[in-house]
Amino acid sequence: MAVYSAGELRKGLKLEIEGQPYHIVDMEFVKPGKGQALYRCRLRNMVTGTQVDRTYRSGDSFQSADVEERVMQYLYNDGAFYTFMDQKTYEQLQITADQMGDSKYFLTDNLEVDVLLFRERPIGVTLPNFVVLKVVRADPFAKGDTATNVQKPVTVETGYELPVPAFVEEGEKIQIDTRTGAYVTRVKG
Amino acid sequence: MRGATPGTGNGEPRSARAERLWFRARVVQTIRAFFVARGYLEVETPHRIPAPAPEAHIDAVPADGWYLHTSPELAMKRLLAAGHPRLFQVCRCFRRAERGRRHLPEFTMLEWYRAGADYRDLMAETEALVGEVAGACGGAPGDLARPWERLTVAEAFARHTATTPEASLADGSFDERIAFEVEPHLGRGRPTFLTDYPAALAALARRRPDDPAVAERFELYAEGLELANGFSELADPAEQRLRFEEERRARAAAGRDPYPMPEPFLADLGRMPEAAGIALGVDRLVMWLAGAASIDEVVALTPEEL
Repeated sequence: MAVYSAGELRKGLKLEIEGQPYHIVDMEFVKPGKGQALYRCRLRNMVTGTQVDRTYRSGDSFQSADVEERVMQYLYNDGAFYTFMDQKTYEQLQITADQMGDSKYFLTDNLEVDVLLFRERPIGVTLPNFVVLKVVRADPFAKGDTATNVQKPVTVETGYELPVPAFVEEGEKIQIDTRTGAYVTRVKG
Repeated sequence: MRGATPGTGNGEPRSARAERLWFRARVVQTIRAFFVARGYLEVETPHRIPAPAPEAHIDAVPADGWYLHTSPELAMKRLLAAGHPRLFQVCRCFRRAERGRRHLPEFTMLEWYRAGADYRDLMAETEALVGEVAGACGGAPGDLARPWERLTVAEAFARHTATTPEASLADGSFDERIAFEVEPHLGRGRPTFLTDYPAALAALARRRPDDPAVAERFELYAEGLELANGFSELADPAEQRLRFEEERRARAAAGRDPYPMPEPFLADLGRMPEAAGIALGVDRLVMWLAGAASIDEVVALTPEEL
């Protein structure tokens, strides 16, 4: 993998530090008069999400992180592992339920996602911003309920529960914003 | 917008960037007028030179076997030695790998030199210059009432760090301490002169006769932004040669390109009168006066736009 010098550091670069992949969130070039160049970096660990601040000097060198993003298709899960397939190579890989986190609630059959890999191992998944899921359990809409903005909890096919407007019925499909987990709109068909 | 100049002729309002260019031009014109009124000779010295002043942390851009100057200092001092007692120059300077919110690899420097003056005289002259520029260009942020704050490096370390200049030089943390712990506090509300640097950090400056560990060097700060670097000039060719050797050793140890020893400068240095000189970043001055957050806002074109 590529080696970077301190002078090449910039926002967006991905580095491997102590075996972990980091993304440079911000970089400031500082050079006090007659002094050496200092590169103040804010780094985000791409696996854990924690941010650290580090100051580097010219002469320091860095390993680029072997990080890759691949488009893969969701196949199925067995509770503990979620299986995805690369549609070009048919290669499959598994991501733990823990690594999936709340994203597991928004998976639909054959959903295309971006899988982030570090040294060929999956470290994260990015879903599309919106997914459509079927409501599998909802209390029926009572005709007498004329108050505006009344919400009720429903459960969708993945087991995820969320508040939706009272007119949403069981069996209907709804669009959910995967970034917030919130209801967006009903979907026909 | 502070310092706006009336009309471009077609009656249309100018963009913020265009306003800043007019503001910058006015600053440079006022600078010129200030020095001309005080009997200074304006000179232009070559940008392309065979031997940049050896500095541990400044790299010159190579130019067809020679180098683009990182500062006109050596040439200016040779002119002092040739019998010109008051000189100034506004010119482009070039430094490799310096790019950030406050740095451009090519920038504009004002340097002026005065025979028979020392660094204290130059601090006073700097106060007068900035006062005049601010007056002609719609004011400055903060209070410019003189005298401005004067703080030694030792005092600044005592106030803002848990260490001393000597200790942080010894453990290699001096630059970080200055940059992250001291500088952000300097020049807040009123400009600050940071003075009396350790002699090791001022290869071209005269040492204080009463404290040889310290050099007669100062830096000007406004709102945490470094604007200028000045000193009483070292006029001893033998000592200057030794200081250059130390800088060259530091460069070699860091794996930097070696530069030839500036022999013609050293030969002329023996004829240089007692003098003081200062380098002021014109882009930085404009940034401070205009309240610009980035140096990109005060130049006509950035390298990335080319």
